[in-house]
Amino acid sequence: MKKSLVQLDDISFKYDTEGDYALRHVSIDIYEGEWLAIVGHNGSGKSTMAKLLNGLNFPQEGSITVDSLALSEDTVWDIRDKIGMVFQNPDNQFVGTTVQDDVAFGLENHGIPRDDMIKRVQQALESVKMEQFLDQEPHHLSGGQKQRVAIAGVLALRPDIIVLDEATSMLDPRGREEVLETVRILKKDHKMTVISITHDLEEAAKADRIIVMNKGELYKQGTPEEIFQLDEELVSLGLDIPFPVKMSKMLKALDIPVTKYHLSEEELVADIWTSHSKM
Amino acid sequence: MMEKMIFGRYVPADSVIHRMDPRSKLIIIFLFVCIVFIANNAWTYGALVIYTFLMLGLSKVPMRFVFGGLKLVFILILFTFFLHVFLTKEGPVIFELGWFKVYEEGLRQGIFISLRFFLLILMTSILTLTTTPIAITDGLESLLGPLKKVKFPVHELALMMSIALRFIPTLMEETDKIMKAQSARGVDFSSGPVKDRVKAVIPLLIPLFVSSFKRAEELATAMEARGYRGGEGRTRYRQLSWGAADTFMILLLAALTVLLIVLRT
Repeated sequence: MKKSLVQLDDISFKYDTEGDYALRHVSIDIYEGEWLAIVGHNGSGKSTMAKLLNGLNFPQEGSITVDSLALSEDTVWDIRDKIGMVFQNPDNQFVGTTVQDDVAFGLENHGIPRDDMIKRVQQALESVKMEQFLDQEPHHLSGGQKQRVAIAGVLALRPDIIVLDEATSMLDPRGREEVLETVRILKKDHKMTVISITHDLEEAAKADRIIVMNKGELYKQGTPEEIFQLDEELVSLGLDIPFPVKMSKMLKALDIPVTKYHLSEEELVADIWTSHSKM
Repeated sequence: MMEKMIFGRYVPADSVIHRMDPRSKLIIIFLFVCIVFIANNAWTYGALVIYTFLMLGLSKVPMRFVFGGLKLVFILILFTFFLHVFLTKEGPVIFELGWFKVYEEGLRQGIFISLRFFLLILMTSILTLTTTPIAITDGLESLLGPLKKVKFPVHELALMMSIALRFIPTLMEETDKIMKAQSARGVDFSSGPVKDRVKAVIPLLIPLFVSSFKRAEELATAMEARGYRGGEGRTRYRQLSWGAADTFMILLLAALTVLLIVLRT
């Protein structure tokens, strides 16, 4: 029932400048329409994986298949059409001098006719709710707004997959919420596959599936519930458990009946205030 | 810092000059620079002055913007004027004070040359005040287009210019941030002898360089991820359109040129 869209098969990768492998024998399937979070500590190889997916680097061993197209020097541009990327620093991916120029940049690269381009720029900016900033220059925008423009730039190209490479890590909490909300809506409306690479487990908690990376190896994969059961193991990998999960655990230790480790505050609160009525 | 410089400062307004195609403006400026040298008497200079002020009037840019930003240039113009007055020793003496003599030819040359200088600056200011830097870049790219045949990297040059323009405010902000960070660590940027102040710039420049290189690398990655593979097969979002006003302005300049040739002595 779940159709596999991207296959990573036994990938190993080493940067030229470093002695150690950044990724070792990693195999992952990414399914159509899912929100996959790849989490891990700095240097766990999660960002390297994003760059491999898009052919910005090529693995020394193993193969990558995107939508039944094997990634190689010849197919890299076709694959880049299917995968849109949003990077970490909002400023360093803003190419155009104004919002609309930036969204158009990708379209210009693909040789889209101008009439079509104008329509697509408008549509893409509407889907990220930035249409009133058409002529704004980047230094007048907040980080969250710039990231939304970057998402619009990706959307205009209509890819199947959107990769968020630490796209929220440089934003303030409000900007982060703005961007994640935008992605959530897009995933629903455009049936896109989302791969978010992050070290923020709160963000990962909202995904359909989590993959934990450690020292270049796939450590664990599963639903957020399954992953947060790992608890102390995650802490030892340098990841911080979301507050509601931590709270549920501490309550349990005090013999307060919580049914499970909750991922969101609302769920936890609901569980606590209804706990007596269940008895 | 930027606020005080007139160059590269665009003043938005709705005027004939603002609406003109950047290509026609660039052509006019280029030709103007050439025909200024045809003028050699009061009549021809008069025609040039009238033309320049006509353009200035049409551009609807407030005078205080134009002349406020040119203060430094005025000093330079005055310097040129006095240089000619003092150093040219031709024609009858018209003013004498001890050993110091002013010759008629010197005065004439001084006035004409500084006037020429002034008109050139004024015309180029009109260009930058009424055209966004990105429009100038587009215009240049389009005008230099034929050079692509001799393998001149026109597209790359224009892209470099537009990215440079895009990053000016970003880097300004960053400079400000680094300056504050270094001040907090005891670097004194604003007092002390010149030698020390120049030295104080080093801890400002090095972090700025490092981060700029990092930015460049990330930008290149982002551009590649969005399918940038050189100028081949690219379409353009911003479009230039040549209107009747553009043709008219070029014809006006041609008429001025003819007038100058007729009136010159």
